[in-house]
Order: sequence, then structure tokens, then C-alpha cells
Amino acid sequence: MSTDSLTQDLTQRTENSSRELLARAFFFGCAFLSIVTTISIAVLLVTEAAKFFSITAPLVGVEGETATIAEFLTGTEWRPNFTPHEFGVLPLVSATLMITFGSALIALPLGVATAIYLSEYASERARSFLKPALEILAGVPTVIYGFFALMYITPALSTIFPDISFFNLLSASIVVGIMIIPMVASISEDAMSAVPDDLRQAGYGMGATKFDVSVGVVLPAATSGVVASFILALSRAIGETMAVTIAAGSQANMLNPLNPLGYFESGMPMTAAMVQLLHGDITGGGLAYRSLFAIGLTLFVITLAMNIVSDLVAARYREEYE
Amino acid sequence: MTRENMTDEASSPADGGDPTTDEMLVETSPTAGVSESDSGTAGGSRTLVEARNVNVWYDDDQALNDISLEIPENRVTAMIGPSGCGKSTFLRCINRMNDLIDAARVEGDLFLRNKNVYDDDVDPVALRRRVGMVFQKPNPFPKSIYDNVAYGLEIQDKEGDYDEIVERSLKRAALWDEVEDQLDESGLELSGGQQQRLCIARAIAPDPEVLLMDEPASALDPVATSKIEDLISELAEEYTVVIVTHNMQQAARISDKTAVFLTGGELVEFGDTQKIFENPDSQRVEDYITGKFG
Ligand SMILES: Nc1ncnc2c1ncn2[C@@H]1O[C@H](COP(=O)(O)OP(=O)(O)OP(=O)(O)O)[C@@H](O)[C@H]1O
Ligand SMILES: [Mg+2]
Repeated sequence: MSTDSLTQDLTQRTENSSRELLARAFFFGCAFLSIVTTISIAVLLVTEAAKFFSITAPLVGVEGETATIAEFLTGTEWRPNFTPHEFGVLPLVSATLMITFGSALIALPLGVATAIYLSEYASERARSFLKPALEILAGVPTVIYGFFALMYITPALSTIFPDISFFNLLSASIVVGIMIIPMVASISEDAMSAVPDDLRQAGYGMGATKFDVSVGVVLPAATSGVVASFILALSRAIGETMAVTIAAGSQANMLNPLNPLGYFESGMPMTAAMVQLLHGDITGGGLAYRSLFAIGLTLFVITLAMNIVSDLVAARYREEYE
Repeated sequence: MTRENMTDEASSPADGGDPTTDEMLVETSPTAGVSESDSGTAGGSRTLVEARNVNVWYDDDQALNDISLEIPENRVTAMIGPSGCGKSTFLRCINRMNDLIDAARVEGDLFLRNKNVYDDDVDPVALRRRVGMVFQKPNPFPKSIYDNVAYGLEIQDKEGDYDEIVERSLKRAALWDEVEDQLDESGLELSGGQQQRLCIARAIAPDPEVLLMDEPASALDPVATSKIEDLISELAEEYTVVIVTHNMQQAARISDKTAVFLTGGELVEFGDTQKIFENPDSQRVEDYITGKFG
């Protein structure tokens, strides 16, 4: 009798009950939705950008004005709205790279230092104030950062450097840097807090100072998390739109990204150019409109490449440290 | 420079074997009148660490109750007793690792040579450079084997041929033969027993005076355990070793002196190992050693 019910219990299949199947379908649907969205965006970017380039336009059945890939990738002038049109993306790419580099220069060290403080030095009380403060900083709408740059950072900079233009890349870099500090700090802090206490004990037991332990033991042990925070923060900096559009201006100057003096000039990063194209008096079918997607695709490729490279870097460190 | 010393003015304790080390803890003249000769320290060795009426609390719970004992120089002293009786706590008193535990409060005096390590002018960082520690659970850094062993030298900015010191330390820890071709590989890739020997090499590389070992062999197989036991006996020629162990035979085999703690954080008996194991004064100790007591 009891054996029977036991056998029955054991052979009953719960895996294919309708409730389980329904749940599985639901979760799959949710996961699938984001994949579909990503793929759609990529397809849209590629097909629309294809209409822009002379080499691919016939393939998608577009006639009329086009630009060559060489023109786009190597041109040093960006003038989509006035004739003669110029569609050289380099000024936009260089402004984006400069802002990304400048903001990284500010945010990576400060973010990591903040993370070290929070994870190793701060008392429970200090942490309970600082963590939420960082989260608030991360949640401020980026348009407000843009205004902040224009109202405070730029005026402050122009008292130090009288020659600086009103819209400039330095101000944009600083504000983007401030914007991404919380991201670097909070992800790095999570990684550092997750380092087992054993390692700190080992350090202190060897006669290490707090600094030795924080910088020489905990930080290296948290490398993969810290690198991950860099990836995310840099991707955010590259894709950042509102604040840089406000602070950097909309003059697509061709700046040499290796010349630091360029930071005093105004420039137009890729995202700002896209905003301008959307706002500009452009009709749905024109070349200027289609250039929007060409920039979008370029941005997409750069971010993707960066993510891949950074993933490789992170994987290397993971191998070493785990 | 200041990091190297207990106090700013003191000279560098670069070599731990220096007989003038008393002065290195502080510049002010060492506490006088510390008994070195009373009580029969094993083989007439002089006292290196002396605890006097040490009490420890974690919040309101007392973990050590009025501990007084003298640990002889260049000998192995074993601490045995049931789980939770405060052995690790006592070990952490010696190098002030308890400072790192917010809840812990230490009272009483603990002398290293003639200096009370709980004096205000003692820097725990400098103290820990003279009193090395091997933890119960192997905890190598996620660095290369070489960097693990050289860590203490690096943070202390020690002079000397690091390659040679690393090699010597790994040899003494009976690990060299197994890792000599992979010094650049991560210490975490070693087996548990190898990691523990790596931690021992790391602890002895900067040449401390005292080596505290908290159940260093608890996670090891018999072969690795016996290697570590050999090592400990060998280390005692140069270092003063204090070892916590749950293994009675191990304590009997390798130690010169044994301290038996029993539940409640009390030191029930302390004396020559042979006497403790063959003819203890206290019935409770005899019961514990023979396994009648938990
Ligand atoms: N960090 C701590 N915070 C609070 N209480 C602690 C802490 N560490 C130890 N204790 C308490 O102090 C007492 C002694 O602990 P200790 O770790 O010194 O014992 P032990 O003799 O080393 O035990 P074991 O043989 O299991 O390692 C225990 O009751 C323990 O609960
Ligand atoms: Mg213990």
C-alpha cells in the first residue's frame, strides 16, 4: 500500500505539467524579447546605413545622392545640412574619443579611489551616507549634468583658461567624468567587498598597513570586477548624448585627438551630431537623414568592439586571479 | 621608514635575530623586571612572549579568562583544547590581530621580550612584522607563487636578494621541489596542502621572531601533515613557534611546551609537553587528553 504510493510519487512527472510549461514559455518570451529588440535595432541600423553608401545603395534599391565609404570614413569635414554637403565622420569620432578619454582620465582613478575608500576605509556609518549619495549622483538626469557643465564648469574653466571657447571638450569631459564616477565606484566597490576577508587577514598578518592591504591585496584580487566597471563606464561615456551635446557644442571641428589643446575647442561628438540631424530640417528620405544611421552604425561598431576587447581583458584577469 | 618600526625613532628591525631587538620595539627604555628565569622553561630557554592576566571579551562574552603563561624562545609551544575555548583568540592577542575585530576587547599585559605590546606606543603593524602568522585556512594571495613569498619583503622594503630569499623560504617550507618551475604561476593553482606550505614560506620569508600557527595542518593529508611537522621542528631552531592544534599526537610529537585551554577560555594547565601528556596535574586535562572530555 505504502510502497504503491511511494512508487507513484517517484514516477509522477512534474516537468511537463501545464504550469511548468507555461512558466517556461513566459520566461523564454521575456528573454527572447530583448534579443529580438537588439537584433531589430542592428538590422535597422544596417539597412538604413546601407542606403547611405554608394556601394550598397543599389542593393537595397535606393537611387539618388549617396556617399562613398571612403568619403565617410576618411573625410575631415562634417556638413550635412548645407551645400556642398560633406559627410566625413572623423571630426565626430575624434570628438567622441577625446571626451571618452578625458572623462576616463577623471573617472577611472577617482572611481577606483572612491571604491577603495568605501570598501576598505569607510565606517559603517560613512558608508550608509555615501552609497546612497553615489546612487543619487548616478540617477541625475543627464540634461541636468549638461546644464551644470554650462553654468558652473565652463565659467570656472574660463577663469582659469581665458582663451577657452564657451562650448568645449574639456567641460564635456569633466561632466561626463563626474557622471560615470558612480558607475566605476559602485561596481568596483562590489568587487572589492566580495574579496574574501581571509586575504585581508593574510595581509595584516604579514605586517601590511591598511594602504598595503587595500591597494596591494584587495584591489588586484578585484581586478576583473574593476575592469568590468571600466568597460561599462566607457561604453556609457561613448554613448552619452545629452550632456555632451549641451557642453561640447555643435561645431564639428576637426580636432587632432592626440593634441591636448583640442580640449579647449568646441567639437561635436557623434551622438551630438545625431541629435542635430534629428532636430535639423531634414526630410525623411534625404542623404542627411540617412547619414544619421551611418553614424549610428559606426557608434554601434565602436561600442561593440570595445566591449569585445574589454571582455577579453577581463577574461585574462579572471584566469589569473580566480 | 616609520612603517618599519614600532616607533618613529627606532632603528630598523631588518634582521630579526639581532640581540638588540628589545630596543626596536620602542626607543624608551624597555620595561624592567620581566622575569626570564622563573618557572622551568623548557631546556632553560629564555622567555620570549609572556602573557600576564590576559582577558578577552567579544562584546559581553568573555573568551579568555585571566591567562598567564610564558612562551620560551626557540621552542615549539602547543595550544590545545576543545573547539571554542579561545585558542585562536589567544594567538591573535600575541600579534594584535584582535585589533581588527571591532567586537574584541583585550585586557591585561602581553610582553614580547620586555615590551608590553599593548602599550600605546606600540604600532601593531611593526609588531606583526616581528610576529608572523599562518592561518588555519590557507589564504595565499591571488598573486604568483614568487610574489606571495616576496610579499613581506616588499611591504617592508627589505634589502637583499629576493630571489635567494624566496628560494630559501620555499625550501624550508618543503615546497621548492614542487614549484621551482612554476614560480610565476598563481599561488591559487596549488593544492590545499601546497597552499598551506606556501603560506608558511610567506610567513618565514621576512624572518620574523615568532611564528604563530593556527591549526596549520588541519586540512592536510597525512603526508603533507608530516612534512609540516618536520618543518615546524626545524623552524624551532631559529624561530619561536606557537601552534594551535586539535591533534593530541601532533602536540605531543612536536611541542616542547603545551598549554591546555578548556571551555570558558580558561588555561587549565601549562607546562612541559611530556609532563602534560604523561602526568598532568589536573584530572580535567587528563580526561581531555585521553578523550573522555569533549
Ligand atoms: N570574531 C569574533 N566575534 C565574536 N566572537 C568570537 C569571534 N571570534 C571568536 N569568538 C568567540 O570566542 C570564543 C573563542 O573562539 P576561538 O576562535 O578563539 O576558539 P578556538 O579555541 O580557536 O576554537 P576552534 O578550535 O574551533 O578554532 C568562541 O566562543 C567564539 O564564539
Ligand atoms: Mg581556532
